[in-house]
Amino acid sequence: MSEAPPRSARSSVDRRLLRSVRAARLPFAIAIALGVLTAVLVVAQASLLGRVIAGAFPGGDDLADSEPLLWLLAGVVVLRALCAGGFEASGRIGAGRVMSELRSRITSHLLHARPTGLRDQRSGELVSTAVQGVDALEVYFARYLPQLVLAVLVPVVILAWIFPRDFAAGMILLVTLPVIVVFMVLIGLGARAATDRRWRTLSLLSAHFLDVVRGLETLRANDRAQAQVETLARAGDEYRRETMATLRIAFLSSLVLELAAMLGTALVAATIAIQLIGGNLAFSAGLAVLILAPELYLPIRMVGQQFHASADGLAAAERCFEVLDTPATVSVPEAPAPAPDPSRSALVLDGVAFSYPERDVPVLEDLSLRLEPGEHVALVGPSGVGKSTVAAVLLRLLEPAAGRITCGGTDLADVDPEAWRRRVSWVPQRTTLFSGTIAENVSFADRSAPREKVEAACLASGLDRVAAALPAGLDTQVGEAGRRLSAGEAQRVALARAFLRDAPLLILDEPTAHLDANASSEVGEAIERLAAGRTTLMIVHRPALARGADRVVELGGRA
Amino acid sequence: MSTVPSTSRREWQALMRAAAMVGPRRGRLALSIILGAGSILAAAALLAVAGVLISKASLKPPILTLTVFTVAVRGLAMARALLRYFERLASHDLAFRVLSELRVKFFERLVPLVPEGIGRMRSGDVLSRFTGEVDTLQDLYLRALGPPMIALVVVAVIGVAVAIVLPAGALVLVVALVVAGTAIPALALALTRRSGRRQAPARAALTAELVDVIQGAPELAVYGRQAQWLERVQAADSRLMATQRRDALASAVSAVLSVLVSGAALVGVTAVGVDAVASGRLDGILLAAAVFLTMGAFEAVGGLPDAAQKIAACATAASRLEEVTDEPAPVTGPTDPRSLAGGGPLVADGVGFRYPGSDEVALRDVSLELRPGSRVALVGASGSGKTTLARLLVRFADPDSGTISLGATGLREAAQDDVRHRVRLVGQDAYLFTATIAANVRLARPACSDAEIVEALTRAGLGPWLASLPEGLETQVGEEGAAVSGGQRGRIAMARGFISDSDHLVLDEPTAQLDPAGARGLLAGLAADRSDGRGMLVITHTVEGLEGFDEILVMDAGRIVERGRWEELVAAGGAFATIAAAG
Repeated sequence: MSEAPPRSARSSVDRRLLRSVRAARLPFAIAIALGVLTAVLVVAQASLLGRVIAGAFPGGDDLADSEPLLWLLAGVVVLRALCAGGFEASGRIGAGRVMSELRSRITSHLLHARPTGLRDQRSGELVSTAVQGVDALEVYFARYLPQLVLAVLVPVVILAWIFPRDFAAGMILLVTLPVIVVFMVLIGLGARAATDRRWRTLSLLSAHFLDVVRGLETLRANDRAQAQVETLARAGDEYRRETMATLRIAFLSSLVLELAAMLGTALVAATIAIQLIGGNLAFSAGLAVLILAPELYLPIRMVGQQFHASADGLAAAERCFEVLDTPATVSVPEAPAPAPDPSRSALVLDGVAFSYPERDVPVLEDLSLRLEPGEHVALVGPSGVGKSTVAAVLLRLLEPAAGRITCGGTDLADVDPEAWRRRVSWVPQRTTLFSGTIAENVSFADRSAPREKVEAACLASGLDRVAAALPAGLDTQVGEAGRRLSAGEAQRVALARAFLRDAPLLILDEPTAHLDANASSEVGEAIERLAAGRTTLMIVHRPALARGADRVVELGGRA
Repeated sequence: MSTVPSTSRREWQALMRAAAMVGPRRGRLALSIILGAGSILAAAALLAVAGVLISKASLKPPILTLTVFTVAVRGLAMARALLRYFERLASHDLAFRVLSELRVKFFERLVPLVPEGIGRMRSGDVLSRFTGEVDTLQDLYLRALGPPMIALVVVAVIGVAVAIVLPAGALVLVVALVVAGTAIPALALALTRRSGRRQAPARAALTAELVDVIQGAPELAVYGRQAQWLERVQAADSRLMATQRRDALASAVSAVLSVLVSGAALVGVTAVGVDAVASGRLDGILLAAAVFLTMGAFEAVGGLPDAAQKIAACATAASRLEEVTDEPAPVTGPTDPRSLAGGGPLVADGVGFRYPGSDEVALRDVSLELRPGSRVALVGASGSGKTTLARLLVRFADPDSGTISLGATGLREAAQDDVRHRVRLVGQDAYLFTATIAANVRLARPACSDAEIVEALTRAGLGPWLASLPEGLETQVGEEGAAVSGGQRGRIAMARGFISDSDHLVLDEPTAQLDPAGARGLLAGLAADRSDGRGMLVITHTVEGLEGFDEILVMDAGRIVERGRWEELVAAGGAFATIAAAG
């Protein structure tokens, strides 16, 4: 049950969505062609039926006389069926392509423009946007949009057939049509607020229910469970009464719409009867017009039925676009300078500041720091002072908001981020293991490395001892579907990656933060081996962890 | 995700039981079905009467003879619109009532099972799924069982109407309607199920790749692997798309069949009708009406494929709910409870406990006495059985051996609510409800005043924090307490304990979310403040601050291995001394 976007937002999301249809031009073109054909077949079917019925009465034809027309009618039915199938298939296939394209764009945006990753609680939400959210768009593209096409095409074709035969009926239909459309739009826009309210009510109620159920142990411990039963019943009752009051109004638009469509048909029937008596209309044509009257309204009313489902899709689309609209955290210079070498020249942070747009308070303010080639510097500070942001800025995952970072006189902002990152090894707080074997996860750092080099890196990081205990050794599957490694084991994978990459600058972001004492000391030893001979910035939250550093820099103290 | 698993007999029975659960709503259900069928019948009748009208008109009779038909047509048009309006109101009202009642009924069944009766898996997941399944059941009448019942009424009425004038035509029509109302929905359901089964692995693979990309984005950037991983995601995506294309074709087949069946009925009834008119068995005036009724009747079965999906989903939900609620309640009775009045010490004597289905003994011969006003600490590594003991003390489960009593009365002999009223457990992951701080504390004693709430919160160490909040007690704690820190959450839960009118408090890991200084201060404060006459049992894994406690029990692997005051235990040089030395 998702919140539908507000009215004004809807139209712009609609427009952006329609632009993404380009990915599926062919299936949607087929759908439109089949829509036109369907409209023609609807008219053909009505006309044939009229002729068969009029032929038998008052015409006096028997079954044999009618047979050719009946076969024709059967042929039209078969064609209509095939069109319906083709329409369904092309709509869904087109929807599939659009969704696939959108997913690809989201992934690409996350990979290239927002490489900082996102905080944990948001990543689940993002996956659901990219998978389920995009899936919710299927209803929009596979049902709502094709129905909209039919709603335009079918009335046009039907009216084009009716007008030359029965002008009066045509006029009645033409006049009622705007009424239907206006009320459709009313249902769609104004009254939708009330319909949305019903959805909001339902989601409020389920949120309340979830809250109560999840807190049931606490309720029982405080002897309040029975009292909640009454609260639940009362809340349900109150919400029902409130919502029904709004629904009584909301459904009025559908009532008017239905009345217009039905009375339109009734009026058409009366008009036909009068013209038949006056002899101005053939009975067969009159029958056909009567059959076509409800068919004219049907696709428009169907759009209304799909409207709410499409709103869910739109809400999903909005989330997708929100993700796509998040600004890039790092920019690529147009004429990049060659990447400087931190093993030759000092790395200098000069007045670096950074703040996240979603927070008011800057995380980093005016940080200046100098790392001489080969120097080991420990950056110490309590959590929340922006230590990890320093790492992200140095890795060029983030662009500093103010100040600059230079190496050998070159501003890093002028260097291609990818080229600079090749000069850096990084051991993060928490290492991501990708689906694949342990060896693949290590050679991730250097795809071209031969197996011996990978094994050497594993030996240096202590990962070989972890692997030795596993059934398939370095070829054990890890990641989502594979074996779970402990935090300490995962950190050794990160160290092995850093050994394999063999870069001159090493950034360690609290590498032992999530480890127990034992793992921590083993990882610490491997880190000392890794840091030897490299310019190293070690980020820690306690000074005790800064052993082995040439220099300790305190960061922050901001409250 | 629309994965529809197969509907077994068990699921059907569960569905029927869920439907029966809201049995008292039969009158409203009948009303909404009659209104729904009425609105479809009115539309069909409108066309049929209009058919008669223009058939008569084609014979050029005096125009006045047709008035009755034109009025009928208009009346049916209005009836259709109004019936539809009232049907929507009635069915939505019913749906709200059903949902509310299902929530209450399933909640009542769930109450005795939490926390010990819902299996040893993480209860949060079970409970979230539980509410999700109840939400699914809201469609039970509105979208699942309603449409077939309406269809049944419509098919019967139109079948009889056509049979009166054209028996052979009625046969054709009813056969086609039954096919369209049963075989096609069944086919659609089977196709959806197959598609769910086929898509599930492809979908899981794509999700796994996306999780990797989102969590590993920094690593992918640092090691320059973005392009490669984008390709991996796209490859997983194309595999999913390939299965979705096959499903699109399958659903196209059911669309083709449904048009074919209704078209066949139309052609069939027309042919039979023409023949009947030619041979004089049918008045020609009624031919158009018979054909139009045929066209109108299919509105009733058009929605059944969707209804079939909903029925299957509801059946699955109902049976999953029963899987949870059918668990035996861990504690029952007593039927004739004794009063716990008078308080007295809370005593565990030789308590042993093993979780059902587990080989490991959780508690072995545990004895303790919590006297009014005393402070007892229970110390031990995680998994040593501390929380299990806490739950037994409030009778969330019964010991396998030994007894627990309050004053002179065994817990099994007292009313369960009475036990939990007298012995208040502040659980380790005590839950904060989406409400204000005041409401969250007040639930422990609904009659308490704001001043008492402030006092309890202050005692729990939240005084300065509370004073800093612009909205004070009326501050919302956010969804599941997301707006407060872990430490504050624990202290709010503790304030519940303080404000309750219980004889004893069992505090399970009140220091879990606190820094060492905060933990020490809290424990020392509990020992020092003896202003209320309650006994307090404090479960903790940090020991600093326990110096003032009357007794410290050290637990290991389900047994109490040491007991005594701080200085005694330190002097003894056992397990506790080691923990205390490590700080």
